[in-house]
Amino acid sequence: MRAATRASAASTRFVMVGERTNVTGSARFRKLILEGDYDAAVDVARAQVANGAQIIDVNMDEGLLDGAEAMSLFLRRIAAEPDIARVPVMIDSSKWEVIEAGLKVVSGKPIVNSISLKDGEEFFLDRARSVRAYGAAVVVMTFDEEGQADTKARKVAICQRAYRLLVDSGFPPQDIIFDPNIFAVATGIDEHRRYGVDFIEAAREIRATCPHVQISGGLSNLSFSFRGNEPVRRALHSVFLYHAIPAGLSMAIVNAGQLDVYDAIDPQLRAACEDVLFDRDAGATDRLVEIAERYRGGTRRAEEKDDAWREANVDERLVHALVEGIDAHILEDVEEARKAAGRAIEVIEGPLMDGMNRVGDLFGEGKMFLPQVVKSARVMKKAVAQLLPFIEAESDGASVAKGRIVLATVKGDVHDIGKNIVGVVLQCNGYEVTDLGVMVGWPDILAAARRENADMIGLSGLITPSLDEMVSVAGEMQREGLTMPLLIGGATTSRVHTALRIASAYEGPVIHVNDASRAVGVVAKLLGEDRETYVGEIGADYADIRDKRAGKGKTKPVPLAEARANGFVADPAGKASAPARTGLHRFDDWSIADLRQTIDWTPFFRAWELAGTYPAILDDPVVGTSARSLHADADAMLDRIIEEGWLAARGVAGLWPVRREGDDAVLVEHDVRLPFLRQQTPKREGRSNDCLADFLLDEDWLGGFAVAIHGAEPRAKTFEKAGDDYSAILLKALADRLAESFAEALHAHVRRDLWGYAAGEALTNDELIAERYRGIRPAPGYPACPDHSLKPILFELLGGDPAGISLTENFAMWPASAVSGFYFGHEKAHYFGVARIGADQLEEYAARRGVPVEQAAKWLAPNLDERATSG
Amino acid sequence: MSARGDFLALIAERVLVKDGAYGTMVQDRGLTPEDYAGTLPLEAEQRGNNDLLNLTQPEIVTQIARGFAAAGAALIATNTFNANAISQADYGAEHLVAEMNEEAARLVRAVADAAQGRRFVAGAVGPTNKTLSLSPDVDNPAYREVTFERMVEVYEEQVAALARGGVDFILIETIFDTLNAKAAIMATLNVEARIGRELPMMLSMTLTDLSGRNLSGHTVEAFLAMVAHADPITVGLNCSFGAEALRPHLKSLAARAPFPVMAYPNAGLPNDLGAYDEAAEDTARQVREWIGEGLVNVVGGCCGTTPAHIAAIAREAEGAAPRAIPDSDPAMLLAGLEPMRLAS
Repeated sequence: MRAATRASAASTRFVMVGERTNVTGSARFRKLILEGDYDAAVDVARAQVANGAQIIDVNMDEGLLDGAEAMSLFLRRIAAEPDIARVPVMIDSSKWEVIEAGLKVVSGKPIVNSISLKDGEEFFLDRARSVRAYGAAVVVMTFDEEGQADTKARKVAICQRAYRLLVDSGFPPQDIIFDPNIFAVATGIDEHRRYGVDFIEAAREIRATCPHVQISGGLSNLSFSFRGNEPVRRALHSVFLYHAIPAGLSMAIVNAGQLDVYDAIDPQLRAACEDVLFDRDAGATDRLVEIAERYRGGTRRAEEKDDAWREANVDERLVHALVEGIDAHILEDVEEARKAAGRAIEVIEGPLMDGMNRVGDLFGEGKMFLPQVVKSARVMKKAVAQLLPFIEAESDGASVAKGRIVLATVKGDVHDIGKNIVGVVLQCNGYEVTDLGVMVGWPDILAAARRENADMIGLSGLITPSLDEMVSVAGEMQREGLTMPLLIGGATTSRVHTALRIASAYEGPVIHVNDASRAVGVVAKLLGEDRETYVGEIGADYADIRDKRAGKGKTKPVPLAEARANGFVADPAGKASAPARTGLHRFDDWSIADLRQTIDWTPFFRAWELAGTYPAILDDPVVGTSARSLHADADAMLDRIIEEGWLAARGVAGLWPVRREGDDAVLVEHDVRLPFLRQQTPKREGRSNDCLADFLLDEDWLGGFAVAIHGAEPRAKTFEKAGDDYSAILLKALADRLAESFAEALHAHVRRDLWGYAAGEALTNDELIAERYRGIRPAPGYPACPDHSLKPILFELLGGDPAGISLTENFAMWPASAVSGFYFGHEKAHYFGVARIGADQLEEYAARRGVPVEQAAKWLAPNLDERATSG
Repeated sequence: MSARGDFLALIAERVLVKDGAYGTMVQDRGLTPEDYAGTLPLEAEQRGNNDLLNLTQPEIVTQIARGFAAAGAALIATNTFNANAISQADYGAEHLVAEMNEEAARLVRAVADAAQGRRFVAGAVGPTNKTLSLSPDVDNPAYREVTFERMVEVYEEQVAALARGGVDFILIETIFDTLNAKAAIMATLNVEARIGRELPMMLSMTLTDLSGRNLSGHTVEAFLAMVAHADPITVGLNCSFGAEALRPHLKSLAARAPFPVMAYPNAGLPNDLGAYDEAAEDTARQVREWIGEGLVNVVGGCCGTTPAHIAAIAREAEGAAPRAIPDSDPAMLLAGLEPMRLAS
């Protein structure tokens, strides 16, 4: 852990509070929790503690979550992990019920974050009494009946008042932590100029006048103006701590890995930071902003490769080129090596394999990441292609691969980025991969497996209907009496589904492998000597999952009538105004250059299995180098995409009058019925059983849209043919991001102009990504509207094949980089997850949808209560 | 003067003696299931339900308490270690919990008041046989057999009844799960507020491994941080392994606790037959060391200790200087399984 010098020297006077287990601060943690992947969420906590967090902040304040339950469950989970549970927890929520749920299960003596005088003294003392009865320490926000304290005088006055109240009521002063609000500096607004110095001076004063208290602050706010410029943010944070700790700051919520050593900061930058923090003169902000410009992308310059490695001998150069993924000299080097070796095969078996083994080791040790591995593979492929003619001429028999794997994205699904990455990684590790592509039915998969004499089959899929397809493939493998292992992966798959549905359809080994980094290990085990043991373990593990599911009564869904009675009630006052321009609006060539500006990069890195939030990920101590390099390649490709017109963005939006009928929306002009599903999970007092129809009033407006990025597939194929999987995957991942960016941009255009209910809206890109706007755009197949089969209805409304998108038999969109959905404009419209529904709703839904119950059951399989089906 | 005031005044002058165990004393009497059940209409067999004896064999309970009082114990606990609704459910006797506790407190109160000198009655509150911190299901680490609310409710019933019967203190002992103890503390605070009477708490942890942790994984210092809000009249250790192995952990507790320290070990470790056979002098010798090092303010016995052990311990305590209680630490103490101290 790097830390400000004084901070590390006095760890008992200053502690770092880890901020990654916070759904409001970490997109990754939020996703894991929303998906219920508590295993991985627990790993986030573990990594934080391992990286030096001395306390972990846990926050579950997310609208889609039952925060109290999530808090309780997560804390119970980490209580079972001694390497995490050894440190105290900061239970962080704005909701008392969430805090209390945490207090009831947490191990140790925690900190409650937070209480304040916002709602008056009586309320404040009442909360403090409860905190005390649970034996916790407490963070008191400098907030009172008048609002947040932003001046030194107000900060000090509120803390002194709170201190007096607490201590007089018997609350021990050493259990009080004041948070005097760290606000953003260098914003260009004059009133903000003293924010840095006011905090520091207030901290000193509070410490002097309120004996035994601690002072805490959330650091990331401070440098908000420099988002995207990590070197400056880090410098500002480090300089701030350098001065604030001696003044009394004893706790900071911070990403511990992202601090610099004060003395090592460029003196000019350091001085500029100090001038801003202490508001030394009117020009301080301008100076820092000016200096900051020099640091934008500055880290990249420092990493420019030098050519010293070219001096080494040819074998070392080949290894270096593979490990670093440099293809500039590969052809000449391979040729030199071949001439020296005598036989071309020796170049492969010698330096090239050495290089790839090194790549495999580094990847296995977590020192190299997927983008680099895929780049290495590109270099390897080039080298092998160069040697192949010579090898064939010299050939004395077929070379033996370590194993043969057939990969496919199942019928009805078109998503293949993850599968392609897995294929490349396996190839790098010496396996022969037959990739059948996308939308592959079981007959082709089985035929290929027989033809190639495959050792195993790997299936991938992203949309929920693909789960059923995988079960079909497994069933057919069983019927044909195959015994080879079946690997399952893709965003929608899960270990539980694999165990419950797929493994029970096929007697051979079935293994859920959800990331490329695990694929090599699994394949190696399946082809290794310990295969039987491994298969036995997995089998037992899955049998166990099945047993537990069988034994465990799921929460019973509440009857549909009851859920409906507890529906969300939309206030008529919150209804969106009538659209400015109704009907269909087509956009056949939206500017890709514009879409590029609003790309949400975090999921892009996730597609490459690089964990972290953009832009912080670029400076991540672990994956930062890899992320920066990937980002630079992505930027370069975007330049070409735009300059050379590789891609086209097509979209369509429609706005229609609608009538609500129960849980259906009836489109008045088309006489088309859109049935929506309602949550049937039992809710606590005050929480509704939501349904999208709840956001509509009897007479209202509804929108629909579809956007797609065209042109990626054929060009990716060209890359693949040239052995450049890296560029192929990169292009598809970028097309996906552009499609998402387009969906966001079109939604904004609809809100501000076409519908026009938010004409004055002005949001930053971060706010857009965080969806801080009015209205929602739920997509069929996603949690609020899980039935993919609504897509054909939506597409019909949007004019047949909207934006040039077609649908597969399982309702996947083609091209794959496409987004479609509905627009709801009510001010209280929000996202939620339908989750499990009961047999009563299934039957009623089938009737409303006008299909047999069996058909509806197939479409809604992931949402069905197991007791409602025969399975 | 209040019981708290009297107790602290005495503690300042000398090492106080606590009584020994009921369970092993009862065991020696070889009671039949009928002896246990008495005339109560209970369906399940009651053998081993020692807490029920408060109702069915009050004279035996009184005799045991009187024996310890005569041996020199100034602090006498009630025979209520398992007298809570969760533990009593095993015997189908949970409806008798309030009665058992109230009666147990009356019996010991009478013994204490009849004895010479100032004696104190501690209402013994055990850990129950369920844990709030651990999952009994190895496959589901987040599962809990019981909720915090339920635990508080169960303890409230017991503590309120003990208070009605006239105890001076609430002794939350054999704490194998610190979260269970936090529920007991909350219950006691709630009862105090309800009846408008102070119920000073004594908190005693039991270690389950030699590294000095209890079953929920907390070290003694983490434990101290977790229970300080009870403003306990004593903190300490009981049961666990023998007195010798307890010493290092007692030492680290004694060095930091700004409260009186009480420790009461078993009479050695159980033998092959489950009986404790360490001689009174041997137990007393270990305790002598603790007293000599200034580690304790109250000493007594746990499993296997008899009036003979307590008398031997009382002889060691006679005239000995009590542990000096350190000032309260102005630092912030937090804890996970391990403590964290943030300087003031």
